[in-house]
Formats: sequence, structure tokens, C-alpha cells
Amino acid sequence: MYDIAILGGGPAGLSAAMTARARGKSTAVISNDPAQSPLWKADKVDNYPGVPNASGKDLLELMTKQAKEVGAELIQGRVTSMMDTGDGFMLNAGTEIYEASAVIIATGVVGAKPLPGETEYLGKGVSYCATCDGMLYKSKKAAVVGRSADAPEEANALKEMGVDVLYTGISKKRPQSLSEEIPYISAKKIEVVGDSTVTAISLDGEPHETSGVFILRETVAPTALFPDIAMKGGYIKVDKAMKTSAKGVYAAGDCIGKPLQIAKAVGEGLIAALSAVDYLSKK
Amino acid sequence: MLKHLTTTDFDQTIANGAVLVDFFADWCGPCRMVAPILEKLATENSDVTICKVNVDDEPELARRYGIMSIPTMLFFKDGQMVDKSVGALGKPAIQSKIDAIRQ
Repeated sequence: MYDIAILGGGPAGLSAAMTARARGKSTAVISNDPAQSPLWKADKVDNYPGVPNASGKDLLELMTKQAKEVGAELIQGRVTSMMDTGDGFMLNAGTEIYEASAVIIATGVVGAKPLPGETEYLGKGVSYCATCDGMLYKSKKAAVVGRSADAPEEANALKEMGVDVLYTGISKKRPQSLSEEIPYISAKKIEVVGDSTVTAISLDGEPHETSGVFILRETVAPTALFPDIAMKGGYIKVDKAMKTSAKGVYAAGDCIGKPLQIAKAVGEGLIAALSAVDYLSKK
Repeated sequence: MLKHLTTTDFDQTIANGAVLVDFFADWCGPCRMVAPILEKLATENSDVTICKVNVDDEPELARRYGIMSIPTMLFFKDGQMVDKSVGALGKPAIQSKIDAIRQ
């Protein structure tokens, strides 16, 4: 059980972690491989004070090191669901479960609108978690919409469970790590089709019969993560203390809105952590 | 430990009063999050029957209710399914759904 669990290891999450540690709170930062962060791919960051000419990768590495040095625990993983236990939270990442008294969401931008049919068929064939729902599609057809670096491995895992997998990605070339037994279709326009449940996936206008659609993105949309959370214009709604609509849940950085800048994210991370600490002291 | 239903006792169990059935599997992370919450809710709501169905052991029940994602919770009132929720719902949310079927 951690005092504070932070979802996302970008500038907002790491800044929050440092502040939480400075206040003596046990802190876990659960995050994807940093190399998948959009910031990691930025050649040059010109407007972050104090560190001129740094690349995004440099900054992330420095911040990660700093957070680790003050005692934040860094855990690699993607939290796909989160639950209010009444006196804290449980977080599920892959096969692991973590517990925390307060949560800070700093997962960045999702970077994609839901696919047509995605929200409608969530839980009726659409899933974000291959390890959770894979077995339910044993001996059935399921499509994997690969939008994350580890999606091919997840597809391979489904195949091993006995699922008849079809993989679709954006790139013309099939991912190297994708099992050769899995057919690959490159498609730009994707739609989830069904009646009461999913019946097909349409790839660039061509329907492919399927019972399930696994949509695997780098970042899980906040509402898929935690349905109780209020949104505003595609971002998590927060007040000035970075408090969300859910008790004990705070948010910071790109996931709460523009400008999508490091300096803003770092400041918000700090405020979110202070608010979480205050919440814990009153609990 | 909540009761695990099978095809033989399912219909009989849901027939009377307010019943919550959680469809789960051992390998499902979110199901493991919900499990202790349901245990607690069962103690706090002794007038409501809370039980579980293991989808690996009871594929027929899973098929009958079109379970495509777990955990899925079904809420019955005198044998009628009145609500269905998919995913790891929090304790307050499950409690309010229980209150709704109790009335």
C-alpha cells in the first residue's frame, strides 16, 4: 500500500513524485517505457528554464534520476483500470495490482479520439486489456488494433491463448515482433461494427468478421481508466488545487489541458502532490 | 468466501430477492481488485445475496449472459435482470446499484 500512486512518468508525474517524497509520503510512479513518451522523441527543448539545449530524452532521464534519488519507486507498466475501494484505490497494470491511498493521474495526452463504435461496444466486444479478457475469446476471432509499442507482444499472447487473432496497424510494414502466424492488415480508417455485441471490424471500408476488438494504445483514456472522473473538452476536469471530480484523485500535466508544455506540467505536478498530501493528512 | 454458482443452482439462487452475481476469472487482474470489495459489501448488506460465477468453470452461464469482458456484475430482482455493469466498479458505485435493486 502506497500513500500516493502516480500514473505517468513524464514531467508532471515525476515532479509530483519529488514533492510527495519531500513530504515523506511513500510514492510509486507507474509508467510506460519512457522511450514511448512523446517528450523522449523531442530533439530539442528550448523553453524549459535552467537546462538550455537539452533534448527531451535528456530532460526525462534527469528528472527520472532525480525522482529515484529521493526515494520514489518507479514501476514499469500501464494501468488499465482503477477502482475506489471506499478507503483508497486499487490499480491494475497487466497482472499486477497496486494499492494507494491517493492517486495522481499524469498520463499525458491520449492523442486519439475513440474509434467509431469503440465507446458504444466497450465491454460488448471492445476491450483495452488483452491479459484481462483474452481467455473469453479462446477459439474465437479477435482483432487487435495496435497503437502501442508492446501491442504485437500482446497479440502474440492472445494467439497463444488460442484466440484467432487479426492484427491491424497504421504502418505499411508488419511489426517485426508480431508472430508470423498472425495476419497483418495495414489500415487507416477503422470502425467497430456490431448489433448488440461486436460482429466485425471495418478496415479501410472492408469488413472483417470478429467477436472481439482489442484496442491497445500507449495511454488509456481517463474515462476508460476510471469511469467516475469528469472531463471537460477532452481533458480531465480539475480545480486550482488539481482536484478531480473523484475524491482522493488528482491530475496534472497534459491530461488536464493546454498548453502542453513541460514547465506547466512540472508546476501542476507540484500542486497535485501538495493537495494529495493535504488530503491524506485529513483522512 | 462468497458462494460460487454453477448451472445447477444459478436459476434457483437468483429467483428471489435482490441478487448480485459477479462473473470473474482467477487470471483477471480487475476481478482480483473487486473480490475483497464484494466480500465487504456482502457483510454490510446481509439482506442481499452476493455470489460469483467463474467463467472458466461455467462457460455456459457466461455465454447465456453474453459475458465478453470481466468482471461483469449482473443485478437481479426476483429473477429479473435489472442492471449490468462491466469493469471494476468502485465500492460506492456498487453500493448504489445494490441500493437500487433492494427497493
